[in-house]
Amino acid sequence: MNPFKELWRSLIEALVALGDVSRFLLRLILATPRALLRFESIVRQVFNSGALSLVIIMLSGLFVGMVLGLQGFQLLQRFGSEEALGVAAAIGLVKELSPVITALLFAGRAGTALASEIGLMRATDQLSAMEMMAVDPIERVIVPRFLGGVIAMPLLAAIFSVIGVYGAQLVGVQVMHVDAGSFWSQMRAGVDFRDVTEGLVKSALFGVACSLIAVYQGYYAIPTAEGVGRATTRTVVSSAVMVLFLDYLLTSAFL
Amino acid sequence: MNSTAAIVEIRDLHYAINGRAVFDGLDVDIAPGRVTAIMGPSGTGKTTLLRLITGQLREYTGKLIVAGQDMSALRRAGLYALRRRMGMLFQNGALLTDLNVFENVAFPLREHTDLPERLIRQLVLTKLQAVGLRGAAELMPAELSGGMGRRVALARAIVMDPEILIYDEPFVGLDPISLGVILRLIRRLNDVLGLTSIVVSHDVHEISSVADAVYLLSGGKVAARGAPRDLQASSSEVVRQFIGGLPDGPVPFHFPAPDYFGELLARGEDH
Amino acid sequence: MRKSNTLNLGTGAFVLLGFAALAFLTTQITSRGLHFGSAPHYDVTAKFDNIGDLKVGAPVSMAGVEVGRVSRIDLDLKEYKAVVLLRINSHYNQIPTDSDASIYTQGLLGGKFIGLTAGGADTYLKDKSEIDFTQSAFVLENLIGQLLANFAKGSNSSGSSGSSATDAPATPEKHK
Repeated sequence: MNPFKELWRSLIEALVALGDVSRFLLRLILATPRALLRFESIVRQVFNSGALSLVIIMLSGLFVGMVLGLQGFQLLQRFGSEEALGVAAAIGLVKELSPVITALLFAGRAGTALASEIGLMRATDQLSAMEMMAVDPIERVIVPRFLGGVIAMPLLAAIFSVIGVYGAQLVGVQVMHVDAGSFWSQMRAGVDFRDVTEGLVKSALFGVACSLIAVYQGYYAIPTAEGVGRATTRTVVSSAVMVLFLDYLLTSAFL
Repeated sequence: MNSTAAIVEIRDLHYAINGRAVFDGLDVDIAPGRVTAIMGPSGTGKTTLLRLITGQLREYTGKLIVAGQDMSALRRAGLYALRRRMGMLFQNGALLTDLNVFENVAFPLREHTDLPERLIRQLVLTKLQAVGLRGAAELMPAELSGGMGRRVALARAIVMDPEILIYDEPFVGLDPISLGVILRLIRRLNDVLGLTSIVVSHDVHEISSVADAVYLLSGGKVAARGAPRDLQASSSEVVRQFIGGLPDGPVPFHFPAPDYFGELLARGEDH
Repeated sequence: MRKSNTLNLGTGAFVLLGFAALAFLTTQITSRGLHFGSAPHYDVTAKFDNIGDLKVGAPVSMAGVEVGRVSRIDLDLKEYKAVVLLRINSHYNQIPTDSDASIYTQGLLGGKFIGLTAGGADTYLKDKSEIDFTQSAFVLENLIGQLLANFAKGSNSSGSSGSSATDAPATPEKHK
């Protein structure tokens, strides 16, 4: 077929999808006040999305921090500025690596869990049953899971940053013998409160994006085994693309 | 059959999915207090009809009155209010997998009423007793067999004392014993609780044993209606094929295809 | 109910951990935790010929101790000089009015900052004062230009005074 026609069609499809997701988000926001009354449900979802992701986040944070320490040290050594390892690692983590990597890991672990759980509920008619019992599934099932993800994400990113800095410190100070005093003092001098807030804003927005995509894919999954599987894959792919795209937008907006 | 006002009144219903007409002028009356069975070959839209009655599908033309409410005029609030007067048993039970049996049955009570915990407990246990599963109250849905799951779903469907109970293919995949249990429950609950029961099924002989009235759907219209024994005695081809389980008849055996001989030959020639 | 307790415990622990991490990030990693602007301060202006790449937010220090921040940078179109607004912490309210403000570079490749050198006057800077003695930023090109010029003069004038290529590159200026 004509490649331009294909491109045009994909563009239209993407716009339609964007519109669908936005309208879905609106539905979620409108149902949130009622859903907030289900406090216990939200707590459980924060647990599912957040606490259960702790292991992978902390492990990844540690390794990323350590690699950052290694690479950073090597690079800075060329300019004789190894003492700047602290500030380099901290800024890289807080502003960029932490929000992005946490979001990607979140999409892979918590996002897929959400999408498949909701998709399965769709496939086994649980959502229809709720509708039939005059209970809004959006309010009872979807919004608590959405809020759970949104709350968990910035917290996970903060934990990632802290563990990452520790990892960098482990490699830099313990192994490479960068002066511990310089490591921390340069970091303190070089990292601004603004950097931390920028990172937090990023991870909060990533949290909204990833959670939204996950619950959306689950809610509109085709009610078959294959459909649920497809919803899960789409969650990861869409989340990843969205996160990286938003990252560029936000980074350039902050500059 | 129309001596008292029908609790569900359908006149000249037209409904299409993706351009394909599912219902083409359907007329159905569901009498109150009776067990009405809706039967038909696969794909005639039995489940679609249920969805229309419960308001899950909206874009139809024709007259559809349920419990005195015109379905086309209902907004969400009215729809939810109507649904609280109905109970529905889904094909696979559709129990909420994150709650145990007790909580599943208690779900409508917790959501829609402010009843104290003790009262909820009593109501739930009573309904579970009615379906014979009071002892299973602590189990999770995953631990139940198909038949048990369906009985729990039935208990859940009656916990709010509905006026109408709807069963979507309740016998699918059940062993003879479980099937017999559900059959008896349908009849007993209907009579004891004074419900109106609508059962969608294609298990002709099973459902005929408990139904008061039967509708046979075919080709988007009602092909036959009446008491079960009337259908047995019917001379209509559609009815005969369905009841007799005949492979070919008004519902053809062969999916539409081009000429057989022609296709075989063609495959041999061009390559 | 026991399951609900472990759940609540787990979630509570997670949220606590998250906030602890946040607190750590904001206090231990940054230099001042919460922003400086809330402390009482007074504003002082200083005009420079060339501020180099001095940025808003750059530190103002005296004897190496940070006493304030650069809060605004403007251009005076009558004198064609940079007007820098220094926001000084009210705690440091005994800076003599004849003090010197110079632009220095942090470290080897760092950003610019303003260093104040105390004068000897009895009166002190207060809100809306102006610092009269300023020294512009070190501009590499000028230095190289001077270096070349000095080499051109050759060894004729040994011990060249004033504009030396090795110390303060720009001449201190006095202006009102």
